[in-house]
Amino acid sequence: MNGAQILIECLKREGTQVIFGYPGGQVLPLFDKLYDADVDFILVRHEQGAAHAADGYARATGKPGVCIATSGPGATNLVTGIATAFMDSIPMIAITGQVKTFLIGNDAFQEADVTGITRPITKHNFLVKDVKDLARIVREAFYIATTGRPGPVLIDIPSDVQLQEMDFVWPEEVKIRSYNPTYFGHPGQIKRAAKLISAAKKPIIYAGGGIITSGAHHELKTLAEKINAPVTWTLMGIGGFPGEHKLSLGMLGMHGTAYANHAIMESDLIIAVGARFDDRVTGRLDAFAPYAKVIHIDIDPSSISKNVKVDVPVVGDAKNILGQLIEEIKETQDISDWLKTVEEWKKKYPLRYADKGIIKPQYVIEQIYEATRGEAVITTEVGQNQMWAAQWYKYNQPRTFISSGGLGTMGFGLPAAMGAKLGCPDKVVFDIAGDGSIQMNIQELATCVCNKINVKVAILNNGYLGMVRQWQELFYKRRYSHTCLYNPDFVKLAESFGAVGILITKKEDVRSAIEKAISIDNVVVMDFRVDPEENVFPMVPAGEAINRIIGGLA
Amino acid sequence: MKHTISVLVENKFGVLARVAGLFSARGYNISSLAVSETLDPQISCMTIVVQAEDEKILEQIEKQLNKLIDVISVTDFTKKEHVERELVLVKINYLSKQKAQLDKFLKKFLAKVVHGKENTAIIEAVGEQEQIRQLLEGLAKFGVHELVRTGKIAMA
Ligand SMILES: Cc1ncc(C[n+]2csc(CCOP(=O)(O)OP(=O)(O)O)c2C)c(N)n1
Ligand SMILES: [Mg+2]
Repeated sequence: MNGAQILIECLKREGTQVIFGYPGGQVLPLFDKLYDADVDFILVRHEQGAAHAADGYARATGKPGVCIATSGPGATNLVTGIATAFMDSIPMIAITGQVKTFLIGNDAFQEADVTGITRPITKHNFLVKDVKDLARIVREAFYIATTGRPGPVLIDIPSDVQLQEMDFVWPEEVKIRSYNPTYFGHPGQIKRAAKLISAAKKPIIYAGGGIITSGAHHELKTLAEKINAPVTWTLMGIGGFPGEHKLSLGMLGMHGTAYANHAIMESDLIIAVGARFDDRVTGRLDAFAPYAKVIHIDIDPSSISKNVKVDVPVVGDAKNILGQLIEEIKETQDISDWLKTVEEWKKKYPLRYADKGIIKPQYVIEQIYEATRGEAVITTEVGQNQMWAAQWYKYNQPRTFISSGGLGTMGFGLPAAMGAKLGCPDKVVFDIAGDGSIQMNIQELATCVCNKINVKVAILNNGYLGMVRQWQELFYKRRYSHTCLYNPDFVKLAESFGAVGILITKKEDVRSAIEKAISIDNVVVMDFRVDPEENVFPMVPAGEAINRIIGGLA
Repeated sequence: MKHTISVLVENKFGVLARVAGLFSARGYNISSLAVSETLDPQISCMTIVVQAEDEKILEQIEKQLNKLIDVISVTDFTKKEHVERELVLVKINYLSKQKAQLDKFLKKFLAKVVHGKENTAIIEAVGEQEQIRQLLEGLAKFGVHELVRTGKIAMA
């Protein structure tokens, strides 16, 4: 076998069913062998699309996504997608071609130091200098990408290595002496955590993406119900706890619900699970949750006590630790007063918007929610559309909300939807998009149409880079510097790709358009002309305490 | 505060760049760095000296170091009892009449001339930071031309 065949054989043995990629000079040997390989290959229209699609596939299925690009410009086009996956701890394998080993470092045609460029945005990366290392490296790459705190791993393979011949040997075992993630919580720490929980009068659970990654949603629900604690979550934690549950508080932080923010600020115990106290969540750090003790459960020791002082750190996998904790907790305080207060906040400060004659973006999301009975997979772009998708759709299942949280990458939603749809072909997949973001990877409509990946794109077309405009309105005296968009005709654009376009300008047409889009057996782009100056509220200005909520409604 | 951190790593290409990257990404300058093989040739030891402007940031760097796949262990010697040494080579020019004075001075620091030609000498000295500082201060009057230091190494 040559290196290319060895690579494909390894990918198959690792369970890869679909690869997203784009060819070029330094992956020609690999593409020659892909021609005969029995794995699905999806030819994207831009390498960034390949990376986001692999990422979306991974988020929707829990399995590692795989993408391939050529050296130089192909590889640098992957970079944003790799960084996006890195920030959100998504298991992904990025494979890049590289110039021949003897040319490396010579500024050869289409050479870029890709392991150098991606060093700070991958969990690990490899340059394969000899085919005899290839199978081991691929195994290690998958092992590293999918275990511990997951993340993207890049493998850079010079084209001469792809051609080197060698007998295939599958390394049965992977062992990396310096890499041993902790999976079970230290029993002493579990005891300490249980003790704090038993003594708490105003507990709150704060759940992050770690719940989704470790598949801890059942345990989270069991724990919440056992101790009767309200649950709030981060953008990445959406779907980890049923949005319709009576203990649910919705998302917290900058655009979180007012009641979630008040509850965490007044709590006396925060049980943080798989979350990292990001600045979008905590607001002003020295004012954050002043009365609370903190239990922090996370698989990554470097997340603990990074921003917030932690009383009981527990390092390990969320699912295991929650299981251990549920066993350990014997009694709890009567917290009915606390729950009553939380209930009052919920009544006093509900999420709401003023429904006028024109289409409100929030209304569109509500209608998508109702039309799909909350069972769709929703991906988002970035900006207001993303926040509304987080606030107004109720997610009851993990892996149904797919969004670039950490990096906030515009252009993520469409290719991610493509990956998600391939991973979950039986689900309806919506990309909730902004008119700005959708134009960043719009070319992937071609990939979707060609491969019959029938995603539904709902553009909340406000004619603005809305989220930036909102900040300009609130903090820069309404000086809308370069945020007003001149947009293409999205219906015609969709049609030119072979997709179906629907223009919606009236509120009463919203629901029927969504239903029509779902029923059409094709890629559909819905252009919803929404209120151009609607804002995302509630809102906590950056750097303020998270109970300093603005937006009139709270 | 100055920290001396010892990092055991896989002896492979790229590892130094990963380690250094964690410091440079935060705008931290590494004041000295010594790297070499250990008893096990597959493992290298890096001794890094860094000025921490913020102890919390350094703590984060150390945790991040531990997270690197190729890092086997990280030890911060700062709060531990340990032995540390550095070797320096100093090239000086001296006047013939200073020879006796120079020899006496070197003896005091257990330093020696390892290479000499006419009135130029390369001096080798080993010591702790403070000794090296005093040595260099004393040598200044003989006219120091060049200085090379290995960077600190440490053992507990
Ligand atoms: C690649 C990239 N560039 C710039 C930004 C900064 N940014 C954040 S939101 C936003 C506006 C997004 O506009 P649109 O897609 O129309 O969404 P809206 O906020 O209007 O819903 C911008 C420019 C970003 N997040 N990502
Ligand atoms: Mg917009």
